[in-house]
Amino acid sequence: MTQPTTTPPAVAMHGITKRFGPLTANANVDFDVQSGEVHALLGENGAGKTTLTKILYGLYQPDAGTIAINGKLTPLRSPADAIAQGIGMVTQHFSLVPTLTVAENLLLSQAQGITLDLRTAEATIRETATRYGLQVDPARLVQRLSVGEQQRVEILKALYQNCRVLILDEPTAVLTPQEAEGLFMVLRGLIAQGLAVIFISHKLNEVLAISHRVTVLRAGKVVGEVKTAETTQIDLARLMVGREVTGVQVSATPPPTAPQRPVLELQNIHVRNTQHLPALRGINLRIQAGEIVGLAGVAGNGQPELGEVLSGLRTPTQGEVRVNGIDVTKADPVGMTRAGIGRIPEDRLKGVVADLTVAENIALESLAEFTKAGGQLDQKLVRQHAQSLIDAFEIKATPGTRTGSLSGGNMQKVILARVLSRNPQVVVAAQPTRGLDVGAIQYVHEQLLTQRARGAAILLISEDLDEVLALADRVAVIYEGAIVGEVKPSDFRDDPANLKQQIGLMMAGAVSGFGEQIERRESA
Amino acid sequence: MQLRVERREASAWISILIPLLAIGITLILVAGLVWLSGAGLWETYYYFFIKPLSSRASVIEVLVKATPLLFTGAAVAFAFYSGYWNIGAEGQLYAGAAAAAWLGVVLKGLPPVVIIPLIMLGSALAAALWALPPAWLKTRLNVDEVVTTLLLNSVMIFFVSSLLNGPWRDPVTNWPQSPTLEAASRLPRLLAGTRLHLGFLLAIVALIFFWWITARASFGLRMRAVGRGREAARFMGVHVNQVVFRVALISGAVAGLAGASEVAGLHYHLIEALSPGYGYSGIVAATLGSLHPIGVALAAIFIGLISTGSQTASRALGVPSFLGDVVQAVLLLVTLALLLLRTYRVRMI
Ligand SMILES: Nc1ncnc2c1ncn2[C@@H]1O[C@H](COP(=O)(O)OP(=O)(O)OP(=O)(O)O)[C@@H](O)[C@H]1O
Ligand SMILES: [Mg+2]
Repeated sequence: MTQPTTTPPAVAMHGITKRFGPLTANANVDFDVQSGEVHALLGENGAGKTTLTKILYGLYQPDAGTIAINGKLTPLRSPADAIAQGIGMVTQHFSLVPTLTVAENLLLSQAQGITLDLRTAEATIRETATRYGLQVDPARLVQRLSVGEQQRVEILKALYQNCRVLILDEPTAVLTPQEAEGLFMVLRGLIAQGLAVIFISHKLNEVLAISHRVTVLRAGKVVGEVKTAETTQIDLARLMVGREVTGVQVSATPPPTAPQRPVLELQNIHVRNTQHLPALRGINLRIQAGEIVGLAGVAGNGQPELGEVLSGLRTPTQGEVRVNGIDVTKADPVGMTRAGIGRIPEDRLKGVVADLTVAENIALESLAEFTKAGGQLDQKLVRQHAQSLIDAFEIKATPGTRTGSLSGGNMQKVILARVLSRNPQVVVAAQPTRGLDVGAIQYVHEQLLTQRARGAAILLISEDLDEVLALADRVAVIYEGAIVGEVKPSDFRDDPANLKQQIGLMMAGAVSGFGEQIERRESA
Repeated sequence: MQLRVERREASAWISILIPLLAIGITLILVAGLVWLSGAGLWETYYYFFIKPLSSRASVIEVLVKATPLLFTGAAVAFAFYSGYWNIGAEGQLYAGAAAAAWLGVVLKGLPPVVIIPLIMLGSALAAALWALPPAWLKTRLNVDEVVTTLLLNSVMIFFVSSLLNGPWRDPVTNWPQSPTLEAASRLPRLLAGTRLHLGFLLAIVALIFFWWITARASFGLRMRAVGRGREAARFMGVHVNQVVFRVALISGAVAGLAGASEVAGLHYHLIEALSPGYGYSGIVAATLGSLHPIGVALAAIFIGLISTGSQTASRALGVPSFLGDVVQAVLLLVTLALLLLRTYRVRMI
């Protein structure tokens, strides 16, 4: 993929420095990308990856440094400038209008004049979509699309604006492995047509699979720029973290063998989703103290709804949830917390209010304990408590920091600290490592194992099968709202490949006849 | 030199700068109108902003004007703080006023220390009751409160009008005004020889209450959470609807006190023109004051100054007296526009 040295890079950022108050998010960063190349940006949470790309997209102004597009120095004062220069960006939080169609959304981004020719536009969009292998129906409403499809629309939008440099900030964090593979196909098509792609991900295998070069940031500085062909996962991880990273040791303590009373019991749970369609159809699950049960499954098979039931945000239409034998089926978030369920939400921004301080977000879930007689808030206690958790969980923040300004990893740590410091009897962790760097993932995994050792019953809801297999004592597979099978990884010590294959089959809906306790999917 | 704009975090000083900047820009914008009305600019602004502060009597008159605005400003700011857009302070004010006009006549033979608290309590209750349907619709059926609270204003104003032109019409003069309050029902004057009454102190108490709730109480943190992130607040166990419901009723009650204070402290009877839009000016005061109690207090007094000043200016210079309303409206628009400064930073390059 090396270009003749005569062509200037599609984008060359030079000496970029960006400060937020006392914090330097980017320090003298050099970064360039050639057309026809995928250049990956790697780094721990808070290393400054998003900041660097936001500068390129004109959202932030650098305090120092220059940007050259196709060899020409070009100041980018706003996203409009960047778009005009052929730069497109797709972030994790999509900026689509859900009640409009795909075509209408694309037109919104560049509507000019008074008339609107939807018919022609749809045809053009369909043509662009096929050319780049992005299958989407321009006439469909965005709210009907899956996350993967919405992402394709975002990419299509950038292409429709004639972008030549595409920035993807953690695009795979919201995708299933299959969808991620589809995205890579699209990206390969794009670079074949001469686009330049900047790709941010925490998943090293993805970076190795798709990129040509990797730039690693640590604390805002470039600590290495390597050719992908000449590096390994271990090298990259070491560069990122600045130390050796080991995987989590699986199952240090064996799971309890003697049958105990289950701590968390789900019996025949039925739930409808927001569109009033059945989302869970008879979930049965029991988790004992000191046990991690991993819930594997392809996205969209009822995992978010199950998380919501156990968070007290969605009431089952049928069935029972019990914690230590006590019925909490109808409990609200307060009731669930009081019953001893610690809840780590799938979407971080649903677990904290971005506009409140770290201390306030930590106190809010158990506010009664921070309230003095007469309804007065014990602010000193709130601050002290936050500070002690910040120290214990090594969060890069102060109690007074606005939570929304933290990096993804530190925001996740705030939630973990709030939940785990209360020593809950049940931990419901939904996608707890989504968007986290390797160091932070290891940290979260260690925390979950510590909780297990303490005797908590843990439900790990994750679309990352490797994560589930690394941590779970038992794996339950969810398919179309029901548990279609359970497996004990320990039964497959000698044959891990078979284990993955079996689980994969169940995830695809092929109910196999092994495992201890197969729940038949209801045909209703 | 060029200016460029980028997203940023709000910093504290900008919240102080915005209202000052808003006032400055408003004065420049309104200058055109003053000029059109044929009066001298400096002279007009002198009457608007300096003259009312030049004597003790007129300063006190400004505070009298500011009293209902302190109430409605507090009421609106309280609701806005938790993301409940109560536009109904005007109607709630009249609900409180009507209750005060009735209680102040029917309660007889009791000492003021008993009657006055009863009147205040009754007015607050009546206004809270008036604020109840929108709150209920919002929390049960998610009906937009902006629409319902706004529409109920007209309903209450027409209801008061029908009372005054019907059963409550003064039998002697035949004026559309309610019977005069018993002497024991009237709020005592704070300073002899002036119109400043107990209502002013009660309004300050309402603002202190607002400050304590938002800055010191757990409920204030809940309000903040609901106002800034409903979904996440719910996840963290805040009873969002309960908070919204309470806030809506408290906001209504405080707006009702504005009406009671005008009836029992100033006019001693209910009239149709009791409020020249104090409920709406409360929105200006709350916004200009950045929803902060001290800010709201200063803003309410500033608006009191404008309305006193516009009357003097109109008497002395013949400029239209509604210039004061124009200043307020422009002030609101400019402030709202400047609030963008809180999310965007303008930098020189
Ligand atoms: N608008 C902002 N105001 C203040 N600080 C900010 C702002 N945006 C980012 N930061 C800080 O800058 C640093 C870099 O953040 P950035 O979002 O670029 O990290 P990142 O590498 O993308 O991390 P992650 O992998 O978690 O997404 C962090 O410490 C973050 O808290
Ligand atoms: Mg980022």
